[in-house]
Amino acid sequence: MTANGWFQIGFYLVVIFLLTKPVGIFMTRVFNREKTFLDPFLRPIERVVYRLTGVDEKHEMRWTEYAIAMLLFSGVSMALLYLIERTQKWLPFNPQKFPNVEPGLAFGTAASFTTNTNWQAYSGESTMSYLTQMTGLAYHNFASAAVGIVLAIVVIRGIARKETDKLGNFWVDTTRCLLWVLLPICVVGSLVFVSQGVVQNLKPYTPVHLIEPQTVQVTGADGKVTTQTVTQQIIAQGPVASQEVIKEFGTNGGGFFGANSAHPFENPTPFSNFFQLVLIFAIPSGLTYTLGRMTGSQRHGWAVWAAMAFLFFIGVATAYWAEARGNPLLVGVNQSASALHSGGNMEGKEVRFGIANSALFATVTTDASCGAVNSQHDSFTPLGGMVPLINIMLGEVVFGGVGAGLYGIIVFVILAVFIAGLMVGRTPEYLGKKIESYDVKMAMLAILILTFTILGFSAVAIVKPFGTSSISNPGPHGFSQVLYAYVSSTGNNGSAFGGLNVNTMWYNTSTAVAQLLGRFFMIIPVLAIAGSLAKKKTVPESAGTFPVTGGLFAGLLVSTILIVGALTFFPALSLGPILEHLLMSAGKAF
Amino acid sequence: MKKNLLIAVWFTLVTTVMFGLIYPLGITALAQLCFHDRADGQLISKNGKLVGSRIIGQAFTGPAYFHSRPSNAGTGYDSTSSGGSNLAPTNKNLLERVKGDVQKLQAENPNTPIPVDLVTASGSGLDPDISPAAAEFQIPRVAHSRGMKEEDVRALVERHTKGRDLGFLGEPRVNVLELNLDLDSLHPAR
Repeated sequence: MTANGWFQIGFYLVVIFLLTKPVGIFMTRVFNREKTFLDPFLRPIERVVYRLTGVDEKHEMRWTEYAIAMLLFSGVSMALLYLIERTQKWLPFNPQKFPNVEPGLAFGTAASFTTNTNWQAYSGESTMSYLTQMTGLAYHNFASAAVGIVLAIVVIRGIARKETDKLGNFWVDTTRCLLWVLLPICVVGSLVFVSQGVVQNLKPYTPVHLIEPQTVQVTGADGKVTTQTVTQQIIAQGPVASQEVIKEFGTNGGGFFGANSAHPFENPTPFSNFFQLVLIFAIPSGLTYTLGRMTGSQRHGWAVWAAMAFLFFIGVATAYWAEARGNPLLVGVNQSASALHSGGNMEGKEVRFGIANSALFATVTTDASCGAVNSQHDSFTPLGGMVPLINIMLGEVVFGGVGAGLYGIIVFVILAVFIAGLMVGRTPEYLGKKIESYDVKMAMLAILILTFTILGFSAVAIVKPFGTSSISNPGPHGFSQVLYAYVSSTGNNGSAFGGLNVNTMWYNTSTAVAQLLGRFFMIIPVLAIAGSLAKKKTVPESAGTFPVTGGLFAGLLVSTILIVGALTFFPALSLGPILEHLLMSAGKAF
Repeated sequence: MKKNLLIAVWFTLVTTVMFGLIYPLGITALAQLCFHDRADGQLISKNGKLVGSRIIGQAFTGPAYFHSRPSNAGTGYDSTSSGGSNLAPTNKNLLERVKGDVQKLQAENPNTPIPVDLVTASGSGLDPDISPAAAEFQIPRVAHSRGMKEEDVRALVERHTKGRDLGFLGEPRVNVLELNLDLDSLHPAR
């Protein structure tokens, strides 16, 4: 670990802190339909959208109608993506002449992008046409992010409004989110990325002549090894920058290329890397301020922020420490940091990012439900790789995915005030709303479905040959690979222990089901909570009310998150990364 | 329900045209206008032939060139198949691969510990850079093979060493392709 590494991490957290208020205020204004400086440009477009689609912008929905509209939009747009993938051969913008995507993979990918997971069982540069990338995949980066954000807004409205069953209009909220929140930053951000070297073109791949032709050994399909001379490099191209920015800003994480943000054309410089990190946390962090502002308790918003920042810091510190220590099993290799190199466990990491930025990126991308990676998590040390795993297991509530992080943390807030209420023997209250058995049941339902999906699928995959045959790393790490796959799918993260071969019928189908369960069986209970809270009367604060501001509350919230996570997942973690760490320390390899 | 289904269909189509076509194509036009070279991948041409991209690594194996890091992209630095090894730190295949590379490198520059990035594969398999330590390690071999003085090679390496962005972001690095191209034009290999 170096002073510069810590400085970069600290600087990042400060930037996120400073962005929280302006982003939060802006989003509050957008969703309260107040005036913003962008109205002269965007309001005319908004009106055209409503006219073309038949949306009545004055109509307000109950939670059930909101949920139905959300499900219909997800369903229809998922079907369109599937259709584009299955017909890309005949559609334009396919200079590499890629064939249509196979049905299993096309379904898995459609589910994955609709649920904001962006789990990828394919490599973009050898599978997807430019049209599929732009119109299918990048479009869903916008759509699924907007859906996540508006759901968080609805939950906040549920807390803020009283004695009503009206929570807003799904189509209006989504349109305003797309136009005001996502589009402007994406236009500016794409150009920032291009200025750093992210490519943006529609050209066929460029063949170049190698300076020094290489002799390589190739294993053919029949298992025969032949020697070949490689004189050319084919440089993959594409409209990358326009997708890169929403991939981060919408916490989607689906890379244009197989290597995701490790690829020099997706993430060419340390500056572009820093910009990506800021984009990932910008909205989730800002939403905590929106929560405070819309509910009239700014200090509650900051208490939630502080709890998140604390969990973020523990994660990044652990990952940085573990990765900087390096791999004790390597002999004759210099892994200690110096002015001339970053040292540490560099397998799967890029030189320009080094250890600090790789550990930071891995933590941020799994705190949020982003899933973009700038290094290969599979090659992390056991404890370094356990940090992303735990981050997702905790429900991705450390800032979290856009919207998903906020409604996720509200589930934990409800549990926390419920536990506090049990301790003092009073009906729990949350910002003036009585939390009753229905609300707690819904909160627990959300948590239990996620747990059941993760552990259930992992258990099946780890005992059946169709699950274990995909494992690439033997020993306890193989179990971690399978566990990570279902944790990531259910949590709608999309990062992976990438050695696991997931382009099989079993994994394509089971991860898609896990993603759909993880997304919609989280959203529906949460919307039910919003609907239930909005109907309630406000009770005035009294001496017996447990305050949801300040250090005591933040501490209770952190404890609730950690206790629920630990009780659920500690046994699984001890069989995977913890066991691997102990065996590695004893000098054992597999 | 029926009304919302109809809206869902139209909404999907309208927003797909806006965000799936107009937006990326508009950005492409803007990017080509403002940053033409970067938007096309910073291609380098030499004697009228394209020889690479400044930010995509290439494999080098001869003694007269600085070597890039091991790569797991296809058969090595295959830009149509980016990715890392995904080998766990406890995987014997990783340990054996590193052991083999360490033996080779120790033979050419004994008694110097090998900088870790020189024997580990990058995440993309296309890492254009090596650390300054990894460049320093290779100076004696390159100098000897080209009949140059080590100081001259070192000076060239220093010219190609890029510091941290804005002084503190990322890590210092040496672009292997640019360095080797410069070596070739200044001191062609014997």
